[in-house]
Amino acid sequence: MAGESMRDVMIEARRPPNAHRGVVKWLQRNLFNGPLNSVVSVITISVLLWALWPLVQWALIQADWLGDSRQACSGEGACWVFISARFESIIYGFYPEAARWRVDIVFALMAGLLAWLAIPRIPGKRWAAIIAVIGFPVAAYVLLLGGHFGLMHVSTRNWGGLMLTLTVATIGIVGSLPIGIVLALGRRSNMPLVRAVSVVFIEFWRGVPLITVLFMASVMLPLFVPTEVEFDKLLRALVGIMLFWSAYMAEVIRGGLQAIPSGQDEAGKALGLGYWHRMGLIVLPQALKLVIPGIVNTFIALFKDTSLVLIIGLFDLLAIIRAGLTDSDWLGFATEGYVFAALVFWVFCFSMSRYSQYIEKRLQTGHTD
Amino acid sequence: MSQATATSHGETPMIEMKGLNKWYGDFHVLRDIDLTVKRGERIVVCGPSGSGKSTLIRCINHLESHQQGEIVVNGMSMTQDVKRIEQIRRNVGMVFQHFNLFPHLSVLENCCLSQTWVQKKPRAEAEKTAMEYLERVQIADQAYKYPGQLSGGQQQRVAIARALCMRPEVMLFDEPTSALDPEMIKEVLDVMIELAREGMTMLCVTHEMGFAKTVADRVIFMDQGQIIEEAPPETFFNNPRSERTKLFLSQILGH
Ligand SMILES: Nc1ncnc2c1ncn2[C@@H]1O[C@H](COP(=O)(O)OP(=O)(O)OP(=O)(O)O)[C@@H](O)[C@H]1O
Ligand SMILES: [Mg+2]
Repeated sequence: MAGESMRDVMIEARRPPNAHRGVVKWLQRNLFNGPLNSVVSVITISVLLWALWPLVQWALIQADWLGDSRQACSGEGACWVFISARFESIIYGFYPEAARWRVDIVFALMAGLLAWLAIPRIPGKRWAAIIAVIGFPVAAYVLLLGGHFGLMHVSTRNWGGLMLTLTVATIGIVGSLPIGIVLALGRRSNMPLVRAVSVVFIEFWRGVPLITVLFMASVMLPLFVPTEVEFDKLLRALVGIMLFWSAYMAEVIRGGLQAIPSGQDEAGKALGLGYWHRMGLIVLPQALKLVIPGIVNTFIALFKDTSLVLIIGLFDLLAIIRAGLTDSDWLGFATEGYVFAALVFWVFCFSMSRYSQYIEKRLQTGHTD
Repeated sequence: MSQATATSHGETPMIEMKGLNKWYGDFHVLRDIDLTVKRGERIVVCGPSGSGKSTLIRCINHLESHQQGEIVVNGMSMTQDVKRIEQIRRNVGMVFQHFNLFPHLSVLENCCLSQTWVQKKPRAEAEKTAMEYLERVQIADQAYKYPGQLSGGQQQRVAIARALCMRPEVMLFDEPTSALDPEMIKEVLDVMIELAREGMTMLCVTHEMGFAKTVADRVIFMDQGQIIEEAPPETFFNNPRSERTKLFLSQILGH
C-alpha cells in the first residue's frame, strides 16, 4: 500500500564507504584522480626521482659500510667507514676512554627520563618531574665532571662530540624556558621597575648576535675578572647561551600571554587567587599551550646553534667531525662528515617537532570561542 | 573601622559605597556614587550602555580601582593592599557576561581551583563541595567535560557554581544572560532566582526586567556614571520619577 511501510529485516551496520584503505586506492584517490592530476603527479614523481636518485645511490647503494681504515673505501659512493672509525670520538669527544661509561649512564638516564615524561601512559609524572628537575642534574653533574665519590675528575676541556652538544642543548633549553617565562611576566608587570629591567634585558640580548655573546663570554669576561678566578669556559658559554635564548623565549611567551583574554585573569582575581596562582594555574598554562610551536621553534634554533660553540674552542659534534677532516689519514671525506652531522641534528630537531605536534593535539580541550 | 567590624553581622551592611568617583583618564565614569547593600538584599542595576554599570560592580571586588570615595565590603574597607583585596574577594563571588571559565580545566577542576589554592581544602573535600554546587545548578553530569564542550547556558551555570564554591557572602552578576541565546536565558535565570530565594545577597547588572520584578528588592537606574533613580521594582516600573528612567523603560519594554 502506498504511504505505508514497515521493515521486518533490520539493516546490518556497514563500513563507511572509504573504509577500504589500500595503497592502490589511496594512490588513485590522491594522485591519479583525473587526467590533469595524474600528469602533475607523474611529472612530480619523475623530478623527485631524477633529483634524489644520485643521492640515494651515493649514500646507500654504492656506499662503503664496513672496514676500519681508508683502504675500505672504494671511492664510488659515500664511505661511512670515516664515521664508524671515529664514532667514539664523535660521541664522547676527548672524554677519557676509561670513564666513558659515566657518559653512557647519563645518556641512559636522560633517555629513560624523557620517555617517562613524554609518554602519557607511564604513571608517576610528578616523580618523573622531581627527578628530572633535581635528581638528574645532580647525577649528571657528578657523573660527567667527576672528582667526587672516587670518580676521576674530567675537565670540561675534554668534553666533546654529541655528549657536549646534548649538554649545551639540554641546559640551554631547560634554562631558557623558565628565565624566558619570568622575563615575559616581568615585561607585562605593572611595576615600572620590573618592567623596565625586563625590557632592557630582553632588548639587549636580542640585539646581539650569539657569536658576539660567545666571544664576549670567552674573551672579554676574563679581562674583567681577576686571573686567579678561573671561570670554566663551558660554563661561561652555557650562561651566555641561556641568557641569549631566554630573551627570545620571553618574546614568544609574551605573545602567548597577550593572546589570553583579560577575562581569564579577572575570573581568577574574582575567585581570590593571588598573582602567582593566577599566572601559574590559569594564564601560563593556556599561554604556553598556545605558543608551543613558537617555543619548540626556539628550542630547535637553540639546538642547532649549539654548534657555534666551536668558535670559542669547544668541540661539539660538528667541531669534532671537522677536526676529523683534517686528519691526514682521512683527507677528503668532508661530504660524509657534514651529511652525517646534518643527519644527527635533523633527527633530534625533527623529533622535537613531532613531539610538540603530538602534545598540541593531546592538550586540545574542545573548541573555545 | 574596628568599630564597624565589631558590630554584629546583622547590622553591618554587605556593601557600602560612599562618594565613589572614578575616572578613565579624563573621562569621569563614576560620579559621586552612594550605595548601600544590606545583607540578603537583591539589587538589580540597569541603565543604557556605557553608563558605568560594569565599572561600578567591578569596583566592589577591585577589578577596577577608584580614585575617590570609600568602599566597605562585609565590614572591610577597600585599600590598595593586595592581601586585603584578596581577602575581600574571597567573600565576593562574580559572574561575568562571557562566563570566563578556564578552558584548559574541566568543569570540576574549574570549581575546585580556588578551593584548593585559596582555601587550601583537601582535594576530596573540594570535589565534594564542587559536586554539591554543580548539582544545584543541575549540571553535575557534565563535571568531567571541558567548558568548550558545553553550551553557553551550561557554561554560565558552571560559572555560577564555581563562584558559589567559595561560599561568598555576596554575588555580583554582570549581564549574566546577555551573551546567551534566548532559549538558554531561562535556565540561567532560574538558577539565579533559586539563589535569591535562598537569601543570597545579590547585585545584578541585567536588562531582564522579568527577573527584576520577580526577585529584586530595589532597582537602580544609572546613566552617565551616576545613580539616577533607586526604587523598589513596583515603583520603579509603574511610577518612575525621572524622565531618563521613563525614556529608558519605554525603550527596553517597548518591544
Ligand atoms: N578600560 C577603559 N578605559 C577607558 N574607558 C573605559 C574603559 N572601560 C570602560 N570605559 C568606558 O567607561 C564607560 C562605562 O563603561 P561600562 O563598561 O561600565 O558601561 P556599562 O554600563 O557596563 O555598559 P554596557 O551595558 O555596554 O556593558 C563607557 O563609556 C566605556 O567606554
Ligand atoms: Mg557592562
